[in-house]
Amino acid sequence: MVDTGAERKGAMEAIVARLRRRRWVLAAAVVAIFAVHAFGGISIYVPLLAVVALVAASALPADAERQPADVTAAIEAGGLQRLSGEYLAAAVADPLIIFDHAAIIVHANAAAFAAFGGLAPGMSLSLKFRAPEMQALLDGIVSGDVASDVVDYTEKLPVERTYRVSASSVGHATDLYVLVFKDQSEARRIDRMRADFIANASHELRTPLASIAGFIETLRGPARNDPAARDQFLQIMQNQTGRMARLIDDLLSLSRLEMKPYLRPGTEVDLRQTIDSVIDSLGPLASENGLVIERDFIDGPISVPGDRDELFQVFENLLENACKYGQSGGHVTVSIARSEDGPDAGIDVTIRDYGPGIAEEHIPRITERFYRVDVENSRSQKGTGLGLSIVKHILTRHNARLSIKSEVGKGAAFTVHLPAH
Amino acid sequence: MQSVHIVSAYDEELKFLSKRIAAMGGHAERMVEQAVAAMVNADQGLAQKVIQDDIVLDEGQREIDDKAIVIIARRQPMATDLREIVGAIRISADIERVGDLGKNVAKRVAAVDGRQPNSLFRGLEALANLALTQLKEVLDVYASRSVEKIGFVRDRDDQIDAMYTSLFRELLTYMMEDPRNITPCTHLLFCAKNIERIGDHATNIAETIYYIVTGDQMPADRPKGDKTDQVVSPGTVID
Repeated sequence: MVDTGAERKGAMEAIVARLRRRRWVLAAAVVAIFAVHAFGGISIYVPLLAVVALVAASALPADAERQPADVTAAIEAGGLQRLSGEYLAAAVADPLIIFDHAAIIVHANAAAFAAFGGLAPGMSLSLKFRAPEMQALLDGIVSGDVASDVVDYTEKLPVERTYRVSASSVGHATDLYVLVFKDQSEARRIDRMRADFIANASHELRTPLASIAGFIETLRGPARNDPAARDQFLQIMQNQTGRMARLIDDLLSLSRLEMKPYLRPGTEVDLRQTIDSVIDSLGPLASENGLVIERDFIDGPISVPGDRDELFQVFENLLENACKYGQSGGHVTVSIARSEDGPDAGIDVTIRDYGPGIAEEHIPRITERFYRVDVENSRSQKGTGLGLSIVKHILTRHNARLSIKSEVGKGAAFTVHLPAH
Repeated sequence: MQSVHIVSAYDEELKFLSKRIAAMGGHAERMVEQAVAAMVNADQGLAQKVIQDDIVLDEGQREIDDKAIVIIARRQPMATDLREIVGAIRISADIERVGDLGKNVAKRVAAVDGRQPNSLFRGLEALANLALTQLKEVLDVYASRSVEKIGFVRDRDDQIDAMYTSLFRELLTYMMEDPRNITPCTHLLFCAKNIERIGDHATNIAETIYYIVTGDQMPADRPKGDKTDQVVSPGTVID
């Protein structure tokens, strides 16, 4: 009831405002009518009727002013006078695209530019999002068959991304529509990773198992009375069981790490002492491969919050990799430096080898489980394909980062950035 | 199509053509994607779906042909408009072909039978990813009309050809190892060839777009193509 009252009052005010705006035209018309009356000598009722009709016509709202007046009223009612659609779109973290009835882009926010690229106002949406389900969604919304709709949209290339896209019209009769993309890729990717992991792990275990089974068959059959072959086969079988044992160790330590992903370690670790003992423990492997390990440490005590055993494993894995794959370089450098840049202050530990390096396309993927740059080389070096995944896991637990820089032919540098607090 | 015609229906007709092409392109992309997925996972149901979906593309092509001819007859287009219309006819033919190739891959799913080494499918998947990336980028250029970016098409085509040559050799090796592999590997060979052809059609579309936008033919230094015509037995290439 209150609403209707306010509306009636508003309508009255609008009529008065319109009359005031047209007062000069009105006055001139009234004067003209009475002038005609004075000279023509017709009855007084005719000009009076004419004046009433004139005032009534002036009070009617003109077509042109009706639309903006309503829109302004709607916006004022919300108390959002200063709110611009662009600011609102920019404040939304998900990709958001506003388009018109011909599916032409009117505005796209920064997140949409970042996610899809190549968007520009004036471009046709149906040309950009060609997937059949997106076409159907756009057609349905624009034709007005449905007011809002949601579809799942997967973009396979260049990287697989899955979005839940919702489309709806904006306001009433604004002729504008909006598309909002909710990124679901992460959930999808985790599912996929889990399935891949089981497949990979069983594949990795089955290869040595198959070779052991083959040798057992040979030992029981053709090679039964051949001591030389038997020794050789047993040696290979031992190597294979060793490989399986290492693999299982790594798998277990990885799953242990996964069980406690957000447990923040509390104690302080003396990095200098930890890295020294890593270097000592890998001394034999380094000299076996003809490598010299060089140290380049800063002065003073170096300690970071963390778990000593886990950090030991990180540097052991990194240095072991450097010793295994950087053989041709002749030396490996381990350096500790303090990085003081702003909020990110901490300790940088860099392990650098001068071997063949890693090609650019592999760098983003080498921390994936069972990802190997060179399968043969990795197997011959007794790698399990899990070393760097473990490193990455531990560092995530420590809130630390791993950055890898490498150029083919110039070696590789693995830098661990550990935050001071 | 920045300029506006006095008869707005004419603009509408031209817009309809490009919208229809985009829809066909999206459909073709989806078909190829699903055909390869069906092959890798030995998914008969998906393969059947792809085979049935081809009809949509055939219809699309016919519709674009009809519309284009009607526009030419009614509006007597000139310059950009004429190129736009002729280009639409050509692109829709290419896309329809891509759909046919995808359908052919789907048809072979039953024959290959999913008992092949995984690495074979991985190669096919990688090849399909390259071809699909190319197709996607080309259709994106059709949407944005930024032909200056079209140089990538040639590089990508080189990659596809290199990948196809290596896959060809790999399949040959499997066939030589065991004659029982010959049937599935031959089918896979045709699938690889089909996918490689999809890359070629994408290159064709790129050339048409270049022509629509600039009015010039794309410079004619096309890559020579794959080297499988030189493979005699695995590991040897005659130069």
